[in-house]
Amino acid sequence: MSATMTMTASKTAPGGAPQSSAQALRQNLGRSARKLLRNPLSVAGLVVILALLLVAAFAPWIATHDPLAQDLANTLKAPSAAHWFGTDEYGRDIFSRLVYGSRITLYIISLVTVIVGPVGLTIGVVSGYFGGWIDTVFMRITDIFVSFPGLVLALAFVAALGPGLDHAVIAIALTAWPPIARLARAETLSLRKADFIVAVQLQGASPLRILTRHVAPMCLSSVVVRLTMNMAGIILTAAGLGFLGLGAQPPVPEWGAMISAGRRYMLECWWLVAMPGMAIMMVSLAFNLFGDGMRDVLDPRSE
Amino acid sequence: MAMISVDKLNLTFGAGSDANQVLHDVCFEVGAGEAFGLVGESGSGKTTVLRCLAGQYNHWLGTLAIDGETLGRRLDYARCRKVQMVFQDPYGSLHPRHTVETALAEPLAIHGIGDRSARIDAILTKVGLPTSFRWRYPHQLSGGQRQRVAIARALILEPRILLLDEPTSALDVSVQAEILNLLADLRVRDGLTYLLVTHDLGVVAHLCDRVAVMQQGRIVDLLDTAGIVGCNPEHPYTRMLVEASRHYSREMAADGAARPAVADLAA
Repeated sequence: MSATMTMTASKTAPGGAPQSSAQALRQNLGRSARKLLRNPLSVAGLVVILALLLVAAFAPWIATHDPLAQDLANTLKAPSAAHWFGTDEYGRDIFSRLVYGSRITLYIISLVTVIVGPVGLTIGVVSGYFGGWIDTVFMRITDIFVSFPGLVLALAFVAALGPGLDHAVIAIALTAWPPIARLARAETLSLRKADFIVAVQLQGASPLRILTRHVAPMCLSSVVVRLTMNMAGIILTAAGLGFLGLGAQPPVPEWGAMISAGRRYMLECWWLVAMPGMAIMMVSLAFNLFGDGMRDVLDPRSE
Repeated sequence: MAMISVDKLNLTFGAGSDANQVLHDVCFEVGAGEAFGLVGESGSGKTTVLRCLAGQYNHWLGTLAIDGETLGRRLDYARCRKVQMVFQDPYGSLHPRHTVETALAEPLAIHGIGDRSARIDAILTKVGLPTSFRWRYPHQLSGGQRQRVAIARALILEPRILLLDEPTSALDVSVQAEILNLLADLRVRDGLTYLLVTHDLGVVAHLCDRVAVMQQGRIVDLLDTAGIVGCNPEHPYTRMLVEASRHYSREMAADGAARPAVADLAA
């Protein structure tokens, strides 16, 4: 019997059978990476995101000027060799401000994601797994948050807490978790009657163990995809709050706030609005494309 | 002494006017080391009996006892170590993101059993898989290999009773025989008690000593396997079932022989 088994073994092992758990993990990651890299659009998204990370990390070396240094002799200058993207109404170099602004954008994205991912996942998984009144309570709360337009709810929170970058982050996080929770709940509902979950239940696993080790990992991929797609929305909401003067406060070079400040000179000096607008568009598009690619890789249904 | 005893088991889903009673006074006993089959058509409640015994449903009425101990409503560790279940579909019963090693280590971790690596190697050898399979994911295994892993997972807690829910029906015919032989070997070697649910009378004949025939949530007949094979069952429903399974296989064989071209086209 074991002879036939080894025979079938060699037949069914794609790319050689893994010989250790580290190797199994490596093979798995390698497969996913190859799949992601096969899609040119998601590669483009990935490149832009990596560029954003690099720019943010090496901002002081990339920026040509001090982003906060005013030069009143050189205000509203068009793009030139000295000022690649022109200068604003205080003579500040727009390129350098964009470079430093990438740090703020990343700060907002990562903070919101770090808050929203675990919160949404936990609420969704618990709600879907236990059902009954726990589900009812959690889902009604989610409904309440969903029924407000995100930006309006964020506006209300910022108005209550006072304008500022951190308050904008909290406000965006408050509006961004319900879709994640619903997604995780839907995934959990489809999983909780699955045989492999019943099997661990019958082995005596505690609900906490089942949720963290068996249910959550299955929901994780769709949540990660959703979060990546959400990042585009987060950037836009943050920019919107900045534009309304409720996000980052001057002189912080936040992209939305830069557009807001530039709109008074928009007709004569297009670069004041176009440059930060372009940055916002590029980055949110990149996250959308990357999110699409991630979905193709991570979604178990697409295999 | 009876290893499994089921007395007046009743189970109802829903309440009020929607109530749907799926089990009616089901009674049977399985002796230690015996292989007992539950047969019947789809929806006759055979799997439900299994799931009550396994502890998945806990709103049943009646008395369930395992190894002389009456079962409570709650699943406790001691019961988990005594009774384990093998599911019908090996494609759905293994966690798609867990390697064989993770799947087999999980029950050991839950019950705080040490020496995991050696135990995993031992159980893999026992179910006829090479130990190098421990780092594979389910998608790197064939159906029969998956079912072997599922059997290994059930056996790693060293239960006395194995509940088998149509363990071969999702498998290829050639693999079915392998798995049935493995189950027969394991039973002899470890002195396991089997409760096997199936609609395949051939599987019953191969593996079981006694058999209960279920129809619409009731046990309508209880007989030795020889009674079924010897083709003189008393109960009309049992007779019908045996007849049906004979006709089915004969007609299938005739069809296959007469119309190979059609089969080729369909494929």
